[in-house]
Amino acid sequence: MDIQLTLNGKKITDNIDADMLLIDFLRKHGCLSVKRGCETANCGLCTVLMDDKPILSCSMLVARASGHNIKTLEGLQEEASEFVGFIADQGADQCGFCNPGFVMNTIALLRENPDPTDDEIRAFLAGNLCRCSGYEGQLRGIRAFLDSKKNI
Amino acid sequence: MVTIQKYVRAQSLEEAYTLNQTKANRIIGGMLWLKMGSGNINTAIDLCDLGLNTIEENDEQFSIGASVTLRQLELHPGLNSYTNNAVCNAVKDIVGVQFRNLATIGGSIWGRYGFSDVLTCFMAMDSYVELYKAGLIPLKEFAYLKYDNDLIVRIIVKKAHAKFHYSSMRAQRTDFPIIACALSCIDGKYTAVIGARPHRARYVSDNENILKDGIDDASADAFAKYVADNIKTGSNSRGSAEYRTHLIKVLTQRGILSMKEGDNK
Ligand SMILES: Cc1cc2nc3c(=O)[nH]c(=O)nc-3n(C[C@H](O)[C@H](O)[C@H](O)COP(=O)(O)OP(=O)(O)OC[C@H]3O[C@@H](n4cnc5c(N)ncnc54)[C@H](O)[C@@H]3O)c2cc1C
Ligand code: FES
Ligand code: FES
Repeated sequence: MDIQLTLNGKKITDNIDADMLLIDFLRKHGCLSVKRGCETANCGLCTVLMDDKPILSCSMLVARASGHNIKTLEGLQEEASEFVGFIADQGADQCGFCNPGFVMNTIALLRENPDPTDDEIRAFLAGNLCRCSGYEGQLRGIRAFLDSKKNI
Repeated sequence: MVTIQKYVRAQSLEEAYTLNQTKANRIIGGMLWLKMGSGNINTAIDLCDLGLNTIEENDEQFSIGASVTLRQLELHPGLNSYTNNAVCNAVKDIVGVQFRNLATIGGSIWGRYGFSDVLTCFMAMDSYVELYKAGLIPLKEFAYLKYDNDLIVRIIVKKAHAKFHYSSMRAQRTDFPIIACALSCIDGKYTAVIGARPHRARYVSDNENILKDGIDDASADAFAKYVADNIKTGSNSRGSAEYRTHLIKVLTQRGILSMKEGDNK
């Protein structure tokens, strides 16, 4: 079947199988930041934005995304660059595999709630699993970023 | 993962219903549960073009389209003000924000899952399932009907003089609940709905008028014991029947005590 969607600002048309998942479509179109972790809707690694809302690309048919606006980390480099350095400074990443999903969902969090409390950060990022860290580094990094904005 | 031969965005409820009469075809909600299964779906029937993604509120009721996501439920001011935040508390720990932006109320209620926070919470309200063919059925009845080929159009919650409370026990924040406890007081009558027993939610009303003279430590204790005595629990990898029965007492007692204040109409 034919579909059309906007990927990182560019209109894309393609002919797809009815059961193609959004994650496979995105990787086929060069968005390799989008990764498979669990593929059972549990880990958040495959997070992308659809019409500016964070969703799990491992669990959505690309057919349903037809007509919608999809953003991946490739299209949000500038927005991500504002805070990823603060997370790195905390040594939050070990293997780094969970990072793209974390960054995407942090973008969604900060757009919805630009000044979250620690509990609000924990709640919003609860669906992003990290198997190396204890989440404290990521939390400290986001906190450091938010504090740095207040000090300016 | 299931395989799907054909994907159709139904343009009317009649089209969706007709397609759904073929055994190999399936309606897809958020597809999160469906996708975990295996087998072959001939036609995946998507309801996303039917405008069922809104929550409408008037003086009498909430009308919640089948495609409304758990995240919409979590953030809806009217629904959460009416339920003392019970709806938000029921869904906020279901996996993550990204998940809740996909999972639908239609798929959650249709599934009638034993572990379901959504089913447990909505059973505590005066809720009805609007089915395309069968019409309006009380959720407490629907929860125990056999699966058929009808489809959920909306969930209706009728407003009343009511208070609600929701709590659950989880081993870890985003895990399935070990036990779920939704409490309601509708027009003066208290009811406890217990989910994740681990079987489908069951309810017990205060038919012995334990709370008739008001809530205090003793009556909350007595009602909690009454609920625990009347709800059958089972064991699975998340917890034993004995542990669940103990949790029912604790969550019911705490919930009832915190319901002392407040009325919503
Ligand atoms: C990893 C994981 C963890 C979960 N954890 C929890 C939890 O802790 N608490 C909790 O309450 N829930 C939990 N759930 C369940 C989840 O919240 C949803 O209830 C579930 O995914 C079904 O919703 P869906 O929109 O994804 O439906 P789908 O998976 O798309 O559909 C489920 C079933 O309903 C049918 N269906 C869908 N919509 C309709 C309709 N309108 N009319 C008729 N039939 C329909 C489908 O054909 C299918 O048979 C979890 C699910 C997963 C996958
Ligand atoms: S790969 Fe999508 S949630 Fe884990
Ligand atoms: S740093 Fe390894 S999974 Fe998060």
